[in-house]
Amino acid sequence: MYSIILSTASRYLLLLLLIFSVFLLLRGHNEPGGGFVGGLVAAAAYALYFIANGIEAAKTVLRFDPLRIIAAGLITAIASTLPSLVAGERFMTAFWIDTGIPFIGKVGTPLLFDLGIYFLVLGITLSIIFSLAEEDRS
Amino acid sequence: MTFLLAVIVGVLYGAGTYLILRRSLVKVIFGLILLGHAANLMIFTVGRLTKGAPAFVPKGTEALVEPFADPLPQALILTAIVIGFGVQAFTIVLFKRTYQSLGTEDLDRMRSTDELPGEKQ
Amino acid sequence: MNRIVMLPILMPLCTAVAMIFFRRRILLHRMLNAAGMAAMLGVSLVLLSNVKAGGILSLQVGGWEAPFGITFVADMLSSIMVVASAFIGFTTALYSLGTIDEKREHYFYYPLLQILMMGINGAFLTGDIFNLYVWFEVMLISSFVLLVLGGRPQQLEGAIKYVTLNLLSSSVFLAAVGILYGTAGTLNMADLAQRIPLLEHRELLSVVAVLFMITFGVKAAMFPLFFWLPASYHTPPVAVSAIFAGLLTKVGVYAIMRFFTTIFVHEEAAFIHQVLLVLSAFTMAVGVLGAVAQYDMRKLLSFHIISQIGYMIFALALQSPLAIAGALFYMIHNIVAKTNLFYLSGIIRRLKGSWDLREIGGIYRFYPMLGLLFLVPALGLAGIPPLSGFWAKFLVIKAGLDSEHYLLVGVALCVSMLTLFSMIKIWNEAFWKDDPLGEGGVEDEAYLKMPGMRKAMIVLPIVILGTVTVVFGLWFDPFFGLADKAALELLDAGEYIDAVLGGKS
Repeated sequence: MYSIILSTASRYLLLLLLIFSVFLLLRGHNEPGGGFVGGLVAAAAYALYFIANGIEAAKTVLRFDPLRIIAAGLITAIASTLPSLVAGERFMTAFWIDTGIPFIGKVGTPLLFDLGIYFLVLGITLSIIFSLAEEDRS
Repeated sequence: MTFLLAVIVGVLYGAGTYLILRRSLVKVIFGLILLGHAANLMIFTVGRLTKGAPAFVPKGTEALVEPFADPLPQALILTAIVIGFGVQAFTIVLFKRTYQSLGTEDLDRMRSTDELPGEKQ
Repeated sequence: MNRIVMLPILMPLCTAVAMIFFRRRILLHRMLNAAGMAAMLGVSLVLLSNVKAGGILSLQVGGWEAPFGITFVADMLSSIMVVASAFIGFTTALYSLGTIDEKREHYFYYPLLQILMMGINGAFLTGDIFNLYVWFEVMLISSFVLLVLGGRPQQLEGAIKYVTLNLLSSSVFLAAVGILYGTAGTLNMADLAQRIPLLEHRELLSVVAVLFMITFGVKAAMFPLFFWLPASYHTPPVAVSAIFAGLLTKVGVYAIMRFFTTIFVHEEAAFIHQVLLVLSAFTMAVGVLGAVAQYDMRKLLSFHIISQIGYMIFALALQSPLAIAGALFYMIHNIVAKTNLFYLSGIIRRLKGSWDLREIGGIYRFYPMLGLLFLVPALGLAGIPPLSGFWAKFLVIKAGLDSEHYLLVGVALCVSMLTLFSMIKIWNEAFWKDDPLGEGGVEDEAYLKMPGMRKAMIVLPIVILGTVTVVFGLWFDPFFGLADKAALELLDAGEYIDAVLGGKS
């Protein structure tokens, strides 16, 4: 089923939704939001693109293998625990750096962890969706 | 409100139990999903319902302002939903593959794993 | 240096991530897997010696003090279990090198094994009940995938039963966690042990206790909740069956031990111990009767798992220090012997091309050493001195006699006889009698063509585990000392509570 309206719209929507998902990720510090929700929104963006343009197009636009995204997310999340280990603090203790730049403010390991979750959720959701789609086709 | 939620939890448990006792795989997976929802809703209900703000410290204050909702049951439910989502996705694929591979979705006909010693597979 | 508590959980995760990243390098997977398991074994031994020397270690994740944050605790029981699981993980890594086909390796067999180990170690080390639920799920989902990897119809069918019943028990677990939080207001195990005796509203405590008993009963394959086990454990490759048989049910037993000796000891839950005693008798008897009736080697061994779980439940329900130590020693002995028997069944299958005991025979004539390797765990499981099973059964039965449960001791002894009978049945059918297909019989072509290195990888774990069974039997004292210390820690929760809540982190 191919719809030219959806197909055209999905290109812009993809970008829009991805920006929104990053916004959600960054907002997650002090307000509702965060890596999990952001990752889901990003996955939904790609899922929409897949529905409009088919699985091959969605895979091309994603560029990376979803499994690689999962691994990258896990590595990022694990890396966020390293500062606590190096500094001799208790495991997973948060570290913050106050950049002083307006709008960015404090940056710390929880953000890194959240970023890992973002990629993890994106990767897992997409690998589920893609493998179900391929299963359906075969 | 608590009473209403308790009734809903009960209905979900009843429906879930009924469905997993059916012979059809599709109904079994629906039953498992309903039981998961029932457990989540139960945590929410038992964790005491409050009409309060989310547990975020508002700008300009140092501590939470009463009344606020207990964030722990919400965190538990969120985690449980995420885990449930993953497990259920896996289960649906497993059941689908089983249906394709065995050509039946009737649980009563899936008994090759329980064969008596005398029977050959 | 409490950070070592996290290492048995973090290391498998890092190994798995590295494997997923280099997903096409199968050779790297194999090496990483074996090296990762060996490193984990080393770390867990260090952990055990630290705990033995310096008492209970606890780690508050993220610096959030207990009971508000997630706590990881390594007491004697946890560290012994982690050592056992790492040890079995290591032998399985070796055995997998010899037996797992390349197709499975491509479909993430090794990362899944690592994630399974992470879930098991996490369940042993966590000090928080909801966190325990999460680790159970980690363990379950990786075991689901390991079980269906390969996708033969029989595997899928076994997996359906396994998945459905385990998901059911997970939802019961979740409900129990919810009610417990509503009643006690905390989910930290140490905090619960401290707070439950002082609670005012106690009406729901017995409900919670029963729910926990059911959910862990399913995981531990206790009567009458064991039906998923014999339906599924004989379907995956032997390496997978062996690690499941050795470790997964024991995580359930560990949880029962932890919950019903440290947390639920007040009078509202005391009846649980009575219920467990009765169920343990049925578990022992039904399991062994199921085993006696089987001719499929792996099904026979699967039913034996259930029967052996009965002994552990029996001992830990007695609640005396000797009984708890006995249950723990039994658990360790059983992990080693049972895994070993599964490995051996894999070799027999490879030699003779069948699981069915009636179709094979005459192995002893051609492979006498294999016969010896089989007798060690088989007689060990049945409880013949001087092997480890003798001491394990001796402790359990002594504890039973001390507390005057004569009927149950009688059941345990009869079951022991039947265990010996079914082990001798395997011996007679597979090793002693002449091959029904004539001289030599069908040797599996694939096995004969296997390179010597791979064959060595199959035999090595069996030799290692057999040695452990003998060592446990001959040098019983030091191992019992550890188990005894663990039992005393469990029965007197004071030290545990201090370690978690006492502010030292």
